[in-house]
Amino acid sequence: MAIKTSTAIKAAPWLLTVAIFLVWEVVCSGLKIPDYLMPAPSAIWASGLEYGGPIMMHALQTLWTTLAGFALAVVVGMLLGLAVGASPLVYKACYPLLVGFNSIPKVAFVPVLVVWFGIGTIPAILTAFLISFFPVVVNVATGLATLEPELEDVLRSLGARRWQILVKVGIPRSLPFFFASLKVAITLAFVGSVISETVASNLGIGYLMMSASSSMNMPLVFAGLIVIGVMGVVMYELFALAERRLTGWAHRNPNAPG
Amino acid sequence: MSFVKFESVSLAYAPGGANAIEEVSLDIREGEFVAVVGPSGCGKSTLMKLVSGLKPPSNGYVFVDGREVGGPLKIVGMAFQAANLLPWRNTLDNVMLPLEIVEPFRSNLKKEKAQYTADAEALLARVGLAGYGSKFPWELSGGMQQRASICRALIHQPRLLMLDEPFGALDAFTREELWCMLRDLWQEKPFTVILVTHDLREAVFLADTVYVMSKRPGRILVRKEIDLPRPRPLDVTYTDSFAAYVHELRDHIGRIRES
Ligand SMILES: Nc1ncnc2c1ncn2[C@@H]1O[C@H](COP(=O)(O)OP(=O)(O)OP(=O)(O)O)[C@@H](O)[C@H]1O
Ligand SMILES: [Mg+2]
Repeated sequence: MAIKTSTAIKAAPWLLTVAIFLVWEVVCSGLKIPDYLMPAPSAIWASGLEYGGPIMMHALQTLWTTLAGFALAVVVGMLLGLAVGASPLVYKACYPLLVGFNSIPKVAFVPVLVVWFGIGTIPAILTAFLISFFPVVVNVATGLATLEPELEDVLRSLGARRWQILVKVGIPRSLPFFFASLKVAITLAFVGSVISETVASNLGIGYLMMSASSSMNMPLVFAGLIVIGVMGVVMYELFALAERRLTGWAHRNPNAPG
Repeated sequence: MSFVKFESVSLAYAPGGANAIEEVSLDIREGEFVAVVGPSGCGKSTLMKLVSGLKPPSNGYVFVDGREVGGPLKIVGMAFQAANLLPWRNTLDNVMLPLEIVEPFRSNLKKEKAQYTADAEALLARVGLAGYGSKFPWELSGGMQQRASICRALIHQPRLLMLDEPFGALDAFTREELWCMLRDLWQEKPFTVILVTHDLREAVFLADTVYVMSKRPGRILVRKEIDLPRPRPLDVTYTDSFAAYVHELRDHIGRIRES
């Protein structure tokens, strides 16, 4: 019984995905919806095969701009999060600014970035960065700020210095928060880079979709959407895996490494 | 010369609020074994925080080793009322935590890693946790966590050991075993101990001096020296003089509760 449930849980996402595509296919061919309005999965697949080379090239471009922006977001977000979480003064000073900044739609920055850096890769990286660093800051800061004073006292009672407390309890304690934020940040980073590519680039999946839609090649547009979705899921799962391995203690995982 | 000295110390957690402890004065010699008893909420844990420098007094002065306490001390080993083990470290790494902070262990840690690990494992074995070093805190029972936290307080051989109800979650047999372990450690190489407990037999068996505290706000009501000869075998707990001490302390506590 228990084994059955666990295989069912493993299979469930695949089954649901397949089911949705099947329904989609049936609806499109049953109602005879033309491809230029809503392409059926089979048409999208065919288009994916036909344009395999260009899709691959543009996907790689999007992947690396996204990862570059994300990496930047992780580094900056972590440092800022440590500063904000460790010092009440920095916290008070930065929070309104951060929240205000995060409320601005990041598309609004793209024209500015284009003026500064021209169209292409750099605005895409920076948009990915701008949109994804906020959750990292907030999570790292929350992890530090919610550190139990009792655990801190254990270190303090040994005469530990502030940085020792940070290294021995603050950072390990906020790691689960940090990894949780990575999963959110990586998907947001895709949003950022694709937005920028659609507006201001001649490379990347965003650009590919833009040019495909202007020539009414809807199957290709959808192929692009699906490629983005797949990349997002794969990256998300990668970070979820890293999270489980490195912070198993927070999830009471008996297989946590020592 | 006193090793720990309180001069009419008061502490209020909220500035201007009610005192948790009030006008506490005491003197503890180096190497003395002190037990503190008193009703729940009277400020025993607060007293510990003051000695270790985790909290500054609102009034009065706290001296340890001849110097006024201005912040957390480095010569202290402390087992808190809750075990407070770090959940991301296994038991052995939790026990060895002080060695990563306190000198000279910190500098020697790389060189002496094998020796230190062996010491930590020996200590774990002494409290009945042999073989549990690789377990994580949540895989231990409450009493086992408490015992691990006692090991963490002892590993760096502190000159001042502070134990806040360390045996509270243990059964009577394990508790008596650990009394004897603590007695032997202390007898081998005397260090100063402040032990908070609710168990009067524990206080009389282990301590040179027992302090009785009043209800909140906590004051020191009685200072009682326990003149039982050392080394004390566990059998001493069945003697008349032992029972007399326990009775006397019981009377004091009873009176506090009625008042
Ligand atoms: N962090 C805190 N903030 C505010 N008040 C506190 C805090 N810690 C303790 N107190 C108050 O101080 C008083 C003394 O608390 P303390 O923990 O020292 O008692 P205790 O004697 O150790 O009790 P117990 O035997 O139950 O452990 C209590 O009335 C409690 O409400
Ligand atoms: Mg207490």
